[in-house]
Amino acid sequence: MPDAPGLELIAAELNEAHPGSVLGTYHDRDQACLIADPEQIRDTLAWLRDTPGQEYTFLASVHGVDYLPAEPRFGVHYELLNMARVERLRVRAAVADPGGDELPEVPSVCDEWPTADHQEREVYDFFGIVFTGHPDLRRILLPEEYQGWPQRRDFPIGGEPVIFTNTENEVPGWYA
Amino acid sequence: MRARDMLRGDLEGADLEQHVEEAVVTTRLEKVLNWGRANAMFPATFGLACCAIEMMSIVSPRYDIARFGAEAMRASPRQADFLILSGRVSIKMAPVVRRLYDQMLEPKWVIAMGACSSSGGMFANYAVVQGADKFMPVDIHVPGCPPRPEALLYGFNKLQRMIQGHPDPGWRTRYNAHGTEEWARDLGAVTPEALDAYAAAREIAEAAGEPVSGAPETPVDVPGPPQERADVPDRRDRLERDRGRFI
Repeated sequence: MPDAPGLELIAAELNEAHPGSVLGTYHDRDQACLIADPEQIRDTLAWLRDTPGQEYTFLASVHGVDYLPAEPRFGVHYELLNMARVERLRVRAAVADPGGDELPEVPSVCDEWPTADHQEREVYDFFGIVFTGHPDLRRILLPEEYQGWPQRRDFPIGGEPVIFTNTENEVPGWYA
Repeated sequence: MRARDMLRGDLEGADLEQHVEEAVVTTRLEKVLNWGRANAMFPATFGLACCAIEMMSIVSPRYDIARFGAEAMRASPRQADFLILSGRVSIKMAPVVRRLYDQMLEPKWVIAMGACSSSGGMFANYAVVQGADKFMPVDIHVPGCPPRPEALLYGFNKLQRMIQGHPDPGWRTRYNAHGTEEWARDLGAVTPEALDAYAAAREIAEAAGEPVSGAPETPVDVPGPPQERADVPDRRDRLERDRGRFI
């Protein structure tokens, strides 16, 4: 892992190469994370992969997070790995919710990192984050006709109310 | 050699009466058929989740469902007599399970094994159907998470007893499920369209000269027309109500 000063060095160099691409950093429990601008996420990841001395060549995982009351609301995490040094670096694209029925958009990194194909589809499936430029963006795990984005925090849990002896009066007529 | 005596006609009177009483059993053909059915069941080879591990062990020597004549797991629904829903049914799997069930030949039965397939279990969420009987008829519910193999065996014994008791009506009659035919998908409501579709299908079948089940004069109405039954409680209002409970 890059330690906290190492992470700051990376952030500074990256901001020099692509101004405004790094919005912040945090280093917690020995894990380093760059908070990145989603508009420049392709440049950011390419720089981390191709710059001598960085060489985070392996994209281990892409996943989404909903931080609901926080702004910006969504995060798309790219877990990078340098296999020579066994160093991991997390890049979090901070994605704002456009509100209403519009879906947030992030550029796809599918052409640069083929492994992102299915993982971006999964993020789209559960969080409704659209990856622009993805060759085949459709649901991957849920049924194709499914409505809604079930891993968002404001999505109702679903299922049915469970009747216990202490709640049976709240659900009148359940025994009928 | 009293049987030989009887065949020769040497046995008469009280002796004959006694011999018949001791040597002959009278029964109904239906009862014999059901006895045979219940003791030679073919389960479908079909596992859904972790309950399937427990289900697999019922054919092992330690539990040995062969004692009850159901060790021949069939990998095709066409050859299977009953289906064990061993695990949670996700909303994506539900249509597949229903299709498998529809492909099984009558007479057919279903055991819902474990909490998940009976009620959704701990998975009260967007992905899991809250009980498999939302979309298909279930004969036996085996509780547990997962049930021990003994529990499943006991459930199977219950099913055998049920088969020997009153198995004859097809499942649509057993569960008042008329109107769930492929051509009448409206949650059991008897719509004019369903009746028209039934009439049209029947016309074709009659023109082909096949015996039409469900015709008014035949008593067993297996894929018969949608109809009301007074002796089975109508649960359609519950279906409607439960539908509203899905958020």
